[in-house]
Amino acid sequence: MDKLLDVENVSISFIQYTRGLNQRDLKVITDLTLDISEGEILAVLGSSGSGKSLFAHAIFGILPENARLDGKIKFKGKELSQEDKEEIRGKNIVLVPQSVNFLDPLMKISDIAIGHCETEDEKKAMKIKQREIFEHYNLGPEVDDMYPFQLSGGMARRVLVSTALLADPDLVVADEPTPGLDEKTVQETLNHFKHMKEDGIGVLLITHDIHAALEVADRIGIFYSGYVIEIALKEDFSGDGENLLHPYTKSLYKALPANGFEVVKGYQPLHGEIIKGCPFYDRCDMRFDRCKKEKPELIDVGNNKKVRCFKYEEGA
Amino acid sequence: MNKQKVAKYFGWKLVRFIVLMIAVAIFSFVLLDLSPIDPVNAYLHGAAVSETQRQILYQYFGTNVPLPDKIFNWLMDLLQGNLGISLIYRRPVIEVIIDKFMASLALMAISWILSGVIGFALGVVAGKNKGSWIDKVVKVYCYAIQSAPSFWVGMLVLMVFSVYLGWFPIGFGVPIGVSSTDATFIEWATRLVLPTLALSLVGLAPIAMYTRNELIQVLSSDYVLFAKSRGEKGWDLVKNHGIRNILLPAITLQFLSFSELFGGAVMIEQVFSYPGIGQTAVAAGLQNDVPLFLGIVVISAIFVFVGNLLADISYYFIDPRIKENEFND
Repeated sequence: MDKLLDVENVSISFIQYTRGLNQRDLKVITDLTLDISEGEILAVLGSSGSGKSLFAHAIFGILPENARLDGKIKFKGKELSQEDKEEIRGKNIVLVPQSVNFLDPLMKISDIAIGHCETEDEKKAMKIKQREIFEHYNLGPEVDDMYPFQLSGGMARRVLVSTALLADPDLVVADEPTPGLDEKTVQETLNHFKHMKEDGIGVLLITHDIHAALEVADRIGIFYSGYVIEIALKEDFSGDGENLLHPYTKSLYKALPANGFEVVKGYQPLHGEIIKGCPFYDRCDMRFDRCKKEKPELIDVGNNKKVRCFKYEEGA
Repeated sequence: MNKQKVAKYFGWKLVRFIVLMIAVAIFSFVLLDLSPIDPVNAYLHGAAVSETQRQILYQYFGTNVPLPDKIFNWLMDLLQGNLGISLIYRRPVIEVIIDKFMASLALMAISWILSGVIGFALGVVAGKNKGSWIDKVVKVYCYAIQSAPSFWVGMLVLMVFSVYLGWFPIGFGVPIGVSSTDATFIEWATRLVLPTLALSLVGLAPIAMYTRNELIQVLSSDYVLFAKSRGEKGWDLVKNHGIRNILLPAITLQFLSFSELFGGAVMIEQVFSYPGIGQTAVAAGLQNDVPLFLGIVVISAIFVFVGNLLADISYYFIDPRIKENEFND
């Protein structure tokens, strides 16, 4: 069966002027591969500023003009062109944006949620639906007439999530839905995603919050320095982390306060740093010669898991 | 919003207005007092008089009164609406100003509206189609106009439309030899076209440029990205999210341009010999007509203040954030 969303070797780069008129390609995402099935929550876990949001924008075809996108993004088995993205965005795939800044500051909340309608009848129908969904998310009728600047953090979050459901989507892409929220609101937000999953909607959760990811996701894709280095099951993040494959994922797990609080030295290579071998080479304690010279590919290790490390190659 | 808050708001504006007017009145008076203008010479227009008569005139104009007393007298007269008698026109200054201002008002109002509407429309079209040929045309036009002096634009318009094409009369408010009260509407209107055109051509450049940049910025904002991700596109997107968000700064700019409008009118009226407030200001300055000149300064200060006040009030109707907050402070 075709996956709901299948992302293969996506890279995003920006044309950057260095000195004078010299251009260079600044690669922000080098190789991103992942897939999501219906009714599944996949978290993409990466540090802040690593380009995760750009990936979300790439799915919707709303990257900035000077960005270049390579690789394949398939939706229900069909590779999406820019026109396809424009056709299905807002219908089959919807975005839950990061913050209240994504709401038009001069529009009333209900008008933003309803969006553009061709006819009055359509608008009326949407209004009823919007009211139902808002009610479901505990947003009273007074919220309809508010403006974005009047919303509290939690309300804004609920509004953003409910805008997603107005369209009956197959896939929800949630971009950093949890930062800056209190414990209770985070829990509430994550529950919304669980409910979506129960309704058979695929959810791509882009986050840097490992707790949030572990809380709701079925699988977790680890994003490191522009690469997806591992796609692990939620259950693997348990015990000593012995089921985790990639050394970075292991160290990430061990760095959690509950699991030893060990921090691995070094830093992630920055965008534009050109690395010949494995991006984790400098910090890896399992490295061998080949890792320095060659880039490992993402290999399928079965059970819906993938890892980008030579250690797990056949015969290694 | 309740009435008390509105009253308080306008009360404060009124206080500010009064303070501003006193400051403008005092400063402009002191500056003119320091200038080498001699009101008696200006009054005499070089006519020969005896020394005694001259002394009587000095007495009459009060040139020997100490400066603080002069300022006090000037403010008191101003308070009663007495701006003195114009030395050129030999009529009360207030009458002259009202007369000339009315003639300019049509010119300024029409070009203000035209430059606002056309400038905004050009800015939106250019901003939406950033990088296209139409954007480039608008940009080149705006840069050219903004770096050209307005009187030069006026002269070009005059050369093309009056001299070469001969479509419109070359200047003045009414035909030569006809009193302004006898002129027909058509005679008056045809003479208004070119000055208005020139003033609009100049005035639309800043607003178009500003609107274009604002729209480009809004179109790359997070909320437009989100709207796009929800399937909105094309003109609907610009209409629903773009226009609304750029209208407020554009309107502010347009009201703030009252001062430039006034300055532009001075130039353009001079080029077209149009008998408005601008030309009167130039005449008053050149012929040392102190009362008329001070009167025009005061009136133009009021004019600019009203422009800014209208901008403030317009916020209230467009921006919900101000609607909630402004009247509370």
